[in-house]
Amino acid sequence: MTDTTEAAMTGRAAARGKEPPPAPAPPQAPRGARLRRGATPWLFLIAPLALLLTFTYAPIANMVAYSFTDWDGVSPELHYTGAGNYTELLTRPELFEVFFVSGYYLAASAVQIVAALYFATILSFDVRFRNFFKGVLFFPYLINGVAIGFVFLYFFQDGGTLDSVLSVFGVHTDHAWLGTPTSANISLAGVSVWRYMGLNFVLFLGAIQSIPGELYEAAELDGANRWHQFRYIIAPGIKPVLSLSVILSISGSLSVFEIPYIMTGGATGTETFVIQTVKLAFQFNKTGLASAAAVVLLLIVLAVTWVQRRLVPDDRVDLV
Amino acid sequence: MTRRAVARTFVYLSLVLAALVVLLPLGVIVLTSLKSEQEMADDSGALSLPGDLLNFHNYVTAFQDGEMLAAFANTAFILLFAVTGTVLIGSMTAYAIDRFTFRFRKPVIALFLVATLVPGVTTQVATFQIVNSFGMFDTLWAPIALYMGTDIVSIYIFLQFVRSIPISLDESARLDGANAFTIYRKIIFPLLKPAIATVVIVKGITVYNDFYIPFLYMPSEDLGVISTSLFRFKGPFAAHWETISAGAVLVILPTLVAFLSLQRFIYNGFMKGATR
Repeated sequence: MTDTTEAAMTGRAAARGKEPPPAPAPPQAPRGARLRRGATPWLFLIAPLALLLTFTYAPIANMVAYSFTDWDGVSPELHYTGAGNYTELLTRPELFEVFFVSGYYLAASAVQIVAALYFATILSFDVRFRNFFKGVLFFPYLINGVAIGFVFLYFFQDGGTLDSVLSVFGVHTDHAWLGTPTSANISLAGVSVWRYMGLNFVLFLGAIQSIPGELYEAAELDGANRWHQFRYIIAPGIKPVLSLSVILSISGSLSVFEIPYIMTGGATGTETFVIQTVKLAFQFNKTGLASAAAVVLLLIVLAVTWVQRRLVPDDRVDLV
Repeated sequence: MTRRAVARTFVYLSLVLAALVVLLPLGVIVLTSLKSEQEMADDSGALSLPGDLLNFHNYVTAFQDGEMLAAFANTAFILLFAVTGTVLIGSMTAYAIDRFTFRFRKPVIALFLVATLVPGVTTQVATFQIVNSFGMFDTLWAPIALYMGTDIVSIYIFLQFVRSIPISLDESARLDGANAFTIYRKIIFPLLKPAIATVVIVKGITVYNDFYIPFLYMPSEDLGVISTSLFRFKGPFAAHWETISAGAVLVILPTLVAFLSLQRFIYNGFMKGATR
């Protein structure tokens, strides 16, 4: 995802290597003018860089430092504990169990991507009420997470939306959807599909629609059916977006927070890694341990991104 | 029926089904928000119609007892500053990076790039301490600073746009005696309008919907934004689904209006934002 960013950001510099710098100072310009020119970009960058360092890099550095201590986040006292927090994380099974919850969300995002692909493909062809369906499928992505949480608390409630719909079809159940860990996690992962499918769908649809229409016509002349068109024209066309979606799903599944926190508060085995970290840090004042947990999550996300960039080299460099 | 007709039927069936899956949970919430306390107690099922379709009593309760007015005011305040700040910071960074050659240019670019890889949720443990040390904890400035300072996507959107503005414009202005700031203010910034629209919409929706940051940094009740104020409905209105539903509808309604009126920008914006 950032290869293109890189290309876009460095692109002009590379092009510039061959040209003289833009608006070269006249050779006879006084020394003062030249100096000011050297400082000008920094005047523009000073605020953004200060914010970037303060709110992104300083926290990372501090977090790594805290992770080797037993700090509680408040007291002036803290002790260096070496890798103690990390061994605690890896050896106390209940701290590690939260990763299994991510499995549900990972499976859900596979469903989500397949569904998004399906709807993007059929809506890229001529379908009646296309804009309506596109809007309906995308809208959940824009809705406030807390509102979604409440909508689905009512949905899964005893005698709520789901039970009522089922009883219309003659299925009467008093199954507590959020009552057991497995059922609760599947339900919450389902909500996550409901919420995020729209983004994948719109990304895929955009990629499909940027494929020139003549390709389909030519393929049709050669006797290709819809499946062939998907397999040999659409699939290669959306490969970059697909790999981006996969990477976003993996890091998203690891850092799920809103839906389970709002709906169950992490009860009945629905606690995710981020909920646990937030609780460790802000309820139990275990800043050291929470930092170690956050460092582990950060490393995993970075590793996944790195693997993705090795596996699927981005070849859209010229697009931007 | 021919195979083609079967396929078509299947396509439409799946679309209608998907639309139902999306709209039904939302529709039921709208129905519930119009029911009276008595109707809820009668337990006639979630799908039953409210007796009076114009019963807005729950909305009044949600708005007043849920302190939604203060929540919308706080959200608007944060939105105003965070979005303006993001636009200024993003466009300035893009201008500096694209239009100047200077020492450490590459390391600066790398700093912004690597930051896109760091998921914000992971670092809050330590960010919290920094925000706290600035005395911004439990003020509206904490989310404003965080939204402004950690948005690399909009920098990227601006960068794409600045690149498409011909350098000859800068040069001719420079020959007329304009300095870098005048060029930024009079030439670059006005030409960035489409990018600004994109960033304002994407950032606006993201800020409006964010729960994590206000929840962590503004525990005071009078500093509730719409997400956190709605979240607090859980306590006092625990069993009153008609009031909670009304609150949820109140929060979703502005998003729906924005979506319907700005559809094209919203699709493009989120596509650009995600495929950075």
